[in-house]
Amino acid sequence: MEPKHVLTITVDNQAGVLSRVVGLFSGRGFNIESLCVAESHEPGLSHMTIVTRANAAVLEQIEKQLNKLVNVIKVQNLSDVPAVCREMALIKVRTRPETRDEILRLVDIFRCKVVDVTAEHYTLEVTGDEGKLAALVDLLKPMGIKELARTGITALSREKKTN
Amino acid sequence: MPNRVLNFKGKGPKENSKGAASQGAPEAGQDGQAVKKGTAGPVMTGAQILMRMLKEEGVDTVFGYPGGAVLDIYDELFRSGLRHVLARHEQGAVHAADGYARAAHKTGVCLVTSGPGATNTVTGVASAYADSIPLVVFTGQVPTRLIGNDAFQEVDIVGITRPCTKHNYLVSDVEDLGRIIREAFHIARSGRPGPVLVDLPKDVMAAQCRFKMPPDPKLRTYNPTYEPNMRQVAKVVQLLLASERPLLFSGGGVVLSGASEELRKLARRLHIPVTMSLMGLGTYPGTDPLSLGMLGMHGTCRANMSTAHCDLLVGVGVRFDDRVTGRTETFASQAKIVHIDIDPTSIRKNVPVHTPVVGDCRITLERVNELLDKEDLSGVGEKRQGWLSEIEEWRRGNALAYEQAETIKPQYVVQRLHALTNGEAIITTEVGQNQMWAAQYYHIDKPNQFITSGGLGVMGFGLPAAIGAQVARPGKLVVDVAGDGSIQMNIQELATAVQEGLPVKVCILNNGYLGMVRQWQQLFYDKRYSQTRMEVAPDFVKLAEAYGATGFRATRVEEVDRVLKKGLETPGPVIMDFVVDREECVYPMVPAGKSITEMLLV
Ligand SMILES: Cc1ncc(C[n+]2csc(CCOP(=O)(O)OP(=O)(O)O)c2C)c(N)n1
Ligand SMILES: [Mg+2]
Repeated sequence: MEPKHVLTITVDNQAGVLSRVVGLFSGRGFNIESLCVAESHEPGLSHMTIVTRANAAVLEQIEKQLNKLVNVIKVQNLSDVPAVCREMALIKVRTRPETRDEILRLVDIFRCKVVDVTAEHYTLEVTGDEGKLAALVDLLKPMGIKELARTGITALSREKKTN
Repeated sequence: MPNRVLNFKGKGPKENSKGAASQGAPEAGQDGQAVKKGTAGPVMTGAQILMRMLKEEGVDTVFGYPGGAVLDIYDELFRSGLRHVLARHEQGAVHAADGYARAAHKTGVCLVTSGPGATNTVTGVASAYADSIPLVVFTGQVPTRLIGNDAFQEVDIVGITRPCTKHNYLVSDVEDLGRIIREAFHIARSGRPGPVLVDLPKDVMAAQCRFKMPPDPKLRTYNPTYEPNMRQVAKVVQLLLASERPLLFSGGGVVLSGASEELRKLARRLHIPVTMSLMGLGTYPGTDPLSLGMLGMHGTCRANMSTAHCDLLVGVGVRFDDRVTGRTETFASQAKIVHIDIDPTSIRKNVPVHTPVVGDCRITLERVNELLDKEDLSGVGEKRQGWLSEIEEWRRGNALAYEQAETIKPQYVVQRLHALTNGEAIITTEVGQNQMWAAQYYHIDKPNQFITSGGLGVMGFGLPAAIGAQVARPGKLVVDVAGDGSIQMNIQELATAVQEGLPVKVCILNNGYLGMVRQWQQLFYDKRYSQTRMEVAPDFVKLAEAYGATGFRATRVEEVDRVLKKGLETPGPVIMDFVVDREECVYPMVPAGKSITEMLLV
């Protein structure tokens, strides 16, 4: 499989800008593994994080084509620089008297939160990198995951340490 | 509530419609809209602002077709003093604006109604996008309160044309109109040019506001690179000086940036042969000894061979399209490739590049020439002898030769057209064999003289494009080299030419076939001519007459010159129908997927 890349894109928040970005990926046969987007701290600008798989030549095209969109302000490839990548998941897991303790232990170990409780379910909120989320999901699977919602990765580059 | 315009600010067109028209009025815009805030400036309607901005942008001609959603605009147009050319189909209007843009070297403008008017422009817009032609296309739209309601004659034209415009806009507030029009023209003509579409809801055109001339657009997100990086330019100069077998490859970007002069200077001082893409024809004089003619699938033998044997290939304003490169793995395999283009996405898209230069072609070549001014170039002519004589050998085995026997050869018609017009006509083409023969035998000498749908290959392009070119250049002879199939795709535009008194000449190379497709069937599908024979076709002479134009026909070789002379002399639009050899093929031909040296010859 092609290597994975995390791109962050700052866009001018005009009508249709998401369609332009997504349309570019679908129209040119580029891959999107996940997409996460919301308004940034600056009014009128949005921050997108796209995870894609591409070889070097395709990646170069992706970055150039994104930059060519009139509403795109900045494209950064976080694969080449130190970066913080995080994803959040909500996991609705079935509970039985004999599994509750084990689930709560996992909650503790993975530093999750239980955000909703019924007689037969816990809903867990967990944040972390991909590996952590995957590990937790694997461990919960035998107990019965009813629903799972993930945000996709959102990311920022790390600042250089000054001291 | 459907809201197809994704916008994170939640400020979609819905929210912007201000509810002014939502009280059940039959038509938005009729119901006395309040004058919008704003300070200085006269109170104007959207339609008035549009006219004002068109004049401000230097527009004198609009190609279009009216309808319900643009009635207010046409009413203003009526008093505006702008010239409007009424096409007979919106596709024709866009191609005409395209032809106009190229022949006048400025931005072409179209105006059409909503719904079907808008969808009819799509082929024209896509063609202009593929060829990087600056157009601003204004489409009518239903009133903002109806957008998203499947209203009568509503389509999401901004969504439809998103992938085939350089940029597009839906204007949802009359206050934004002036600025958006400014931006649209700026984006269309700057950087790598292209079509920009502006969708104009009917109520926004009727709404009023205090108009203030918007300042020059400053777009934070859009800033084309014109000035090349001088380090890269210096590298190019070193490569040029070191090369034994250099080759220049010039494309549409040289036309668009007006770089022909600089290209000529560079080629001549360093004795470098020049080959051109279909879009680049005329950027170097086709009759000059250093011209190798067109490159690629139907390129000349010497151009294709030179590409395979050069040690340096300098592509200027080209995009290494698959019709040019053939199999990319073997393309210019002995050469270092220099690629000069204003669009970074063109570089390294299809072929590996040794030295990329992002910049305007004219400015970049100017910089190259400036650096060369400081060099001693005295020995170059001598040094180049070997390479040029090698190329001369390929020229001698003239692959463009054909034999004129009893039936008229299509190549002969183009050759005679070239001779009888002194090579000075503006040539537009349809698509197919006619297009390739025009490219091969009408040795184009000047940029903007050859107008063809290169990237998209739209049958039906040539006649409306000729109309647009004729509007731009009233004193020039404009000839559409056509096929019998293609001409029927926009034949209705003959009425436009007659109404506007535009004396365009159409030369139909009538082979009774969709010839180019038939050629592939002949060569690669065992002559199974599936659906390529035009069993019924109109009598083109009578058809011309029916439209109020003039028609002539040649069926024998002796008649070719007579018909051409008569046709070219006759005032007004003329169709010349040349009944040509039905199964003639375009050669050389590089079969799809082969290296460009693997040419099928006659
Ligand atoms: C709108 C459109 N439809 C289909 C094609 C595919 N096509 C390419 S060339 C060609 C044949 C054109 O026939 P004609 O105009 O008679 O030209 P000839 O090749 O015979 O000179 C066709 C059908 C096209 N290029 N454009
Ligand atoms: Mg034909």
